[in-house]
Amino acid sequence: MKVKELLFAPIFSNNPIALQILGICSALAVTSSLAVTVVMCIALTSVVAFSNLFVSLVRNHAPGSIRIIIQMTIIASLVIVVDQVLKAYAFEISKQLSVFVGLIITNCIVMGRAEAFAMKNPPLPSFLDGVGNGLGYSAMLLGLAFIRELFGTGSLFGTQVLPLATEGGWYIPNGLLLLPPSAFFLIGLFIWAIRVWKKDQIEQPDYKIAPNTKPLAKEA
Amino acid sequence: MASNDSIKKTITVTLLLCIVCSVVVSTAAVLLRPVQEVNKSLDFKRNILAAAGLLEKSDKASIESLFEERVTTQVVDLASGKFTDAVDPANYDQRKASKDPARSIDLSPDEDIAKISRREEYAVVYLIEGDSGLETLVLPVRGYGLWSTLYGFLALESDLNTVKGFGFYEHGETPGLGGEVDNPSWKAQWEGKEVYDNDGEVELTVVKGKVDPQSQNADHQVDGLSGATLTSRGVANLVHFWLGEDGYKPFLTNLKNGEA
Repeated sequence: MKVKELLFAPIFSNNPIALQILGICSALAVTSSLAVTVVMCIALTSVVAFSNLFVSLVRNHAPGSIRIIIQMTIIASLVIVVDQVLKAYAFEISKQLSVFVGLIITNCIVMGRAEAFAMKNPPLPSFLDGVGNGLGYSAMLLGLAFIRELFGTGSLFGTQVLPLATEGGWYIPNGLLLLPPSAFFLIGLFIWAIRVWKKDQIEQPDYKIAPNTKPLAKEA
Repeated sequence: MASNDSIKKTITVTLLLCIVCSVVVSTAAVLLRPVQEVNKSLDFKRNILAAAGLLEKSDKASIESLFEERVTTQVVDLASGKFTDAVDPANYDQRKASKDPARSIDLSPDEDIAKISRREEYAVVYLIEGDSGLETLVLPVRGYGLWSTLYGFLALESDLNTVKGFGFYEHGETPGLGGEVDNPSWKAQWEGKEVYDNDGEVELTVVKGKVDPQSQNADHQVDGLSGATLTSRGVANLVHFWLGEDGYKPFLTNLKNGEA
């Protein structure tokens, strides 16, 4: 596989959130402000990339019976390291991210890629696949955070863009956008938009509704 | 590949992996701890200075020197309301003490309006003194909002009745709704409000909606946060608790009479 494909395919044509529907939990939780989202994206991308790298390095020695535990141990260690680094060098933001950094451990993208890709591929492609999926996740999250912060608080990266009605401006912020469920609606809209553009992502329906049948003849 | 699944291989792989991972994790934790501690104490000091309205520059050096220069740290015995030197403020972890049954008291549901379940025996307060004695008194407060305990500082003027500043340094309320407790324009409203009424009861509270400026209680009221009724109520409750009989009131009374 080509480097370019590994890196960029996950952004639109195989987006982990929009197509694989992984990692929704943190996409709902941390996207109410852009600054926090950016840090979360960097944290997740580095965790996916390095967990893919290390899982791939040990893939030929991992006993099948405990392979998931091996992946979890590697991921958990990386997440703790990332959490410690954030607490040391980005204290303000780590306070806002609070539990969500720790919850990268359970982020489905990380384990999904470790199991689906890194267990079967050599280290370098695995690393790139991790970076690519991290970028796909980031693209989605930044899109969400942009809309949520802009229309939810009228600001971007904490700087006021739309003057608020409460402070003498004209914009009345939409409180719903600050609540996690709003990200659900937005993700739905994003998925719709991507599938309108890339029709091959539309799934076959699981079943078709049959035309109405005649009522059963009365038993004689 | 088949040999991978032998018991010996499984155990070896597990052991090696655990050793490598634990070394990595502990190295990171140990190496970064000093930086993290510095961040934490700096954040604490920044918030004390901010509540007292002294914060001008937020770089590290100026916070440290300003704190050093202006702030005196004292320990108060909350039950008697007097200063004490039973514990050394430098090593006293108030938050830890509030969870330790030996060093805190259990609050009955009636008393526990701030929903903190236990109250420590000793509190660390911060005094800012000028030429004419006490200028500002900064009190640590906490209480439960909607999702989380809010930790903050309430600063009082030298009359021990007028609020000088109020702010939280740690909470987990919804950003944009309850999280607006961090909004500077909301925090600014607290300035100049009065805590006690003529009978010495805590009157300061957060109302629902906007404060009516005509109301005779307007001096004791702060606008509620829209969309965050429970957080606003939590803030009002914690103010009531900490400035009331179970909180700092005995201490404030003593301090006013010069008996602390």
